[in-house]
Amino acid sequence: MRLETVKFNTDILIIGGGTAGCFAALTVAEQKAANVLIVEKANIKRSGCLAAGVNALNAYIVEGQTPENYVDYVRSDAEAIIREDLVASMAAGLNQVTKTMEDLGLVIQKDSQGAYVTRGNRNIKINGENIKPLLASAVEKAAHVTVLNRVNITDYIVSDGRVVGAYGFSIDKPIFYVILAKAVICATGGASGLYRPNNPGFSRHKMWYSPFNTGAGYAMGIRAGAEMTTFEMRFIALRCKDTIAPTGTIAQGIGVEQINSCGELYERKYGKPKTSIRLYSTVQENQRGAGPCYLNTVGITEKQEDDLYKAYLNMAPAQTLRWLENGVGPAKKNVEIEGTEPYIVGGHTGSGYWVDTNRATTLQGLYAAGDVAGGSPQKYVTGCFVEGKLAVQAAIQYLKQPFVASEVDAEQIQLAVESVNRFLTDEPSVYHSEDVEEAMQKIMDDYAGGISSGYMFNTAKLQQAKIHIDELRKLSLALKADSMMELLKIYEVIDRLEVCRVLIYHLEARKETRWHSFQENADYPKKDDEHWLKFVNSVVQEGQVKIILRDLVKKGESYEHNN
Amino acid sequence: MSITIDQKKCRGCGKCKEVCPGNLLTQNDKGKACIQQPKDCWGCTSCVKECVHQAIYYYLGADIGGRGSLLFTKTEKGFLHWHIVSPEGKETVITIDQQKANAY
Repeated sequence: MRLETVKFNTDILIIGGGTAGCFAALTVAEQKAANVLIVEKANIKRSGCLAAGVNALNAYIVEGQTPENYVDYVRSDAEAIIREDLVASMAAGLNQVTKTMEDLGLVIQKDSQGAYVTRGNRNIKINGENIKPLLASAVEKAAHVTVLNRVNITDYIVSDGRVVGAYGFSIDKPIFYVILAKAVICATGGASGLYRPNNPGFSRHKMWYSPFNTGAGYAMGIRAGAEMTTFEMRFIALRCKDTIAPTGTIAQGIGVEQINSCGELYERKYGKPKTSIRLYSTVQENQRGAGPCYLNTVGITEKQEDDLYKAYLNMAPAQTLRWLENGVGPAKKNVEIEGTEPYIVGGHTGSGYWVDTNRATTLQGLYAAGDVAGGSPQKYVTGCFVEGKLAVQAAIQYLKQPFVASEVDAEQIQLAVESVNRFLTDEPSVYHSEDVEEAMQKIMDDYAGGISSGYMFNTAKLQQAKIHIDELRKLSLALKADSMMELLKIYEVIDRLEVCRVLIYHLEARKETRWHSFQENADYPKKDDEHWLKFVNSVVQEGQVKIILRDLVKKGESYEHNN
Repeated sequence: MSITIDQKKCRGCGKCKEVCPGNLLTQNDKGKACIQQPKDCWGCTSCVKECVHQAIYYYLGADIGGRGSLLFTKTEKGFLHWHIVSPEGKETVITIDQQKANAY
């Protein structure tokens, strides 16, 4: 099988038609500012994190709160490693994007006075089972927006130091795409599947985050030499055991606490209740022999139980199915909880592209939004909408500059086609993409702080991880595909390995323990504010990962790239 | 974690194939929907909700405590009915009014 080349031209290319990407496209359409092409690996109707729906918007400025309060919360939860410029501009836009979604048909629960019903200080309750189809249908109706579904982007096209488009391939037909654009927005998902998951057998994909988000956006940036930040702040979710369904719906939704097997409340023994501490305390209780740990739901009312069944159907139907088929619900049996494997995801923690205040990356012409944009944790769904909007507004400004079309010579395109074609041969290969993926997950679990080691690592283990991941990177280049779908699988494992490699360097670089469990360095078990109130950034130069330490960006400051 | 497709009920419309976020569904030479690798399924139930013929069932893997119950949905005028059928044939239905947000 050989690939046929098809060319596209657009003003703004959006890579990834998920939460941030779709919202970015709607923003351009509303302003009638440019032609947009969204390229999506699956189909925008249900692709990305919102496939199953979501039952609350976790980032909203409720009555009596302010965007400044939201920044304070994020700063505290992330142990101060945040870009205040980014979090502040995100927080300022949360309520407006929520209104836009309501106008598109999203059902938000209201009280008798017509005010949104809140869940705590930052959340509102929604009926979001259909949030993605609503978004996708608005995108499909928008003028000047074209969607290319079932196409996987592999790399940026870089010419004269500028990003001027991207290469990709169809997952159905033998077609290689060369897409030229005046500006590019990376809006792909974060990275799941790097570590051995909770359920490594039949239910290996029953995970917190979309198993189809493979870190492609990070990987293509790393390969093109973009600066990345805070990969060492991994995200590990505290979830309902087995189904890996969310715990917040119960814990924050009806206000129950975590207990150990002796019925003791344990969370506060380990410090202030923060996202990482909720998890860390559970890991510690299990390690000291006081597990299993539970959400203390026994005794909730029948009405609360019925409401939970519905709430989970709107987001994680596995949990409701589990309760009903076992014939015992949360009112009669406490819900066991566990931590997931680690993920790299900028919508929850600070991992991603190092961007300026306007969401421009360090590569000219390339912008980042949502899970791939770093420095701004706790974005959740609405924060990703805001970032999509901000990134594309910056791209529109960039388009207004005098523009000299970049020449992408035929030789460069030919090399790109060949780099994909080399996998498509009839020759047998010893290993399959799945074998390499499994080996990678085992290495990361053993040596880079996975579930089996209680998320803890040390420098000596990380050195082993580096060696083995490098070996697997070589093996991955020798894989062979006999179909476009298998070609996609090869690229997914190549991208995950790229992310793993950079992640290991980041874990090694931060010589302290800033966030328990998320980054638990056994050689440096304490937080060290004197030396580490800094960002750990990285850039790949001449094939080597180079670490750069950068200062925090404080309140009221903005940030431009200048070195 | 996966789905199973009733080949007798499937009409071959291909809508499930379109919505799978993992591109896991294909159509066989008779046009019937098939899942390539059941263990690659995330469990989002997008395909289940898309199928108006109730040909797709969702179930929990035995490794995560599944007991063989099957879940499918029916949509009618703003209501989404979730049906759960146990191996003994006992059926439970939970109806969600899509215009009223959940009040948990």
